[in-house]
Amino acid sequence: MTSYTDILPQLFNTLKPFTKEGFRLKEQTELVSELGLDSLQVMQVLLKIEDHFDISIPLNNLPNIRTVQDLGQEIEKLLKG
Amino acid sequence: MSLFDKFLPIQEARNELLKSGVNPFHVTVEKIISPTEAIINGRTTILVGTNNYLGLTFHPEAILAAQQALAQEGTGTTGSRMANGSFASHRELEKAIADFYEAPYAIVFSTGYQANLGVLSALAGAGDTILIDGDSHASIYDGCRLGGADIIRFKHNDVADLEKRLRRLGDRSHRTLIVVEGIYSMLGDRAPLAEIVELKKKYGATLVVDEAHSLGVLGQHGRGLAEETGVEQDVDCIVGTFSKSLGSTGGFGISSHSEFELIRYTSRPYIFTASPCPSVVASTRATLRIMQAHPELRHQLWTNSQHLYEGLTKSGYTLGAEVGPIIAAMIPTKELALAMWQQLLENGIYVNLMIPPATPNGECLLRCSVSAAHTEKQLVHICQSFQTLKDKFLP
Repeated sequence: MTSYTDILPQLFNTLKPFTKEGFRLKEQTELVSELGLDSLQVMQVLLKIEDHFDISIPLNNLPNIRTVQDLGQEIEKLLKG
Repeated sequence: MSLFDKFLPIQEARNELLKSGVNPFHVTVEKIISPTEAIINGRTTILVGTNNYLGLTFHPEAILAAQQALAQEGTGTTGSRMANGSFASHRELEKAIADFYEAPYAIVFSTGYQANLGVLSALAGAGDTILIDGDSHASIYDGCRLGGADIIRFKHNDVADLEKRLRRLGDRSHRTLIVVEGIYSMLGDRAPLAEIVELKKKYGATLVVDEAHSLGVLGQHGRGLAEETGVEQDVDCIVGTFSKSLGSTGGFGISSHSEFELIRYTSRPYIFTASPCPSVVASTRATLRIMQAHPELRHQLWTNSQHLYEGLTKSGYTLGAEVGPIIAAMIPTKELALAMWQQLLENGIYVNLMIPPATPNGECLLRCSVSAAHTEKQLVHICQSFQTLKDKFLP
């Protein structure tokens, strides 16, 4: 359950509460600009994702995470160690 | 698109602030009168936002020591210690700091900011991990980045979250640095150090405590939170600054690990900068002696802190949870905080206006830092002014 294809649906579910009604999440959805999250909300989303997957995402890696796909790939990388 | 376009949002934010008539982040102190008074906007103003905890900036012994050093050693060192050599006074300051902490090794840096940059970047590099508190000072973030270690943030003062993250690291926890602060600069709360030390031992990690705001404030001898908690032997390294309780500039790191001395050969913020100038070194040595010889300064600081904390609580302000020299009143909106800050300044009181993103949890704060040198009369005036503000802006 550590492959990107397994991670993606879980990621959509975790992100859904942070989207506006009717918004359809896609792999290419931009996390900050399209979801309209402020910096505090971004931290809340990350905490939730970290707890769900039982990982810690290093702050150094955040600048490279722009889309849902980037986030999924980062989680995959961390889960595989 | 030009490189300078990125400054547009900052320019807009600054213009918005300027509409209020004053820029709270660009205050000019026209004349400094004493540790607790200055002329600002042509008005005598009580300083209660300058981290001058022991009020030593005008101490005659410190001034004399600085003057003598200026005359005998000159205005500056014109280079780094590695290239130009250390002055004897640099070594003597390091010995004084080491003796004060009863630690075998001490290194002095040119600023407190550089002490964090220098120590943290040297201790944890690529392949290592650093766990930092979410409310850490910018110098901690920057020091961690400079070293290239993986940086993981844990929830502020949340021991359970820290343990969760240590557990997730598995074997990597042995190559992990935990960094916490004795007193956090925004809300004035302390790290739960006894519990953090237990975790450090359990997971085989290394622990650094930044005592920037707790040096001279906590502990029987004023060494900080590690002393107050009784865990100095379990803390691997302490960093701190001379720019708060010691009324000078510069920073330091101390440790009982012999490898600590080798930081001098690997730490870029130590190697590639001019060493502290002689007058600064001399005044720091003097205020360190004064602080040790006069514990009553620390007791007065706590009496004054209690006075202001109780005064603001009585007025109905929501404050940080712990009594201490950093007392932050939480204000509901940025606009209110700015208006109240400005009114305080017009009443002759200077505090720090703190707004997001520089604050924890997006809080807007009127942050006070108490000094042992504040008089009862000044504290009464500060409390009365806060009371008037409360009635006017937050009825």
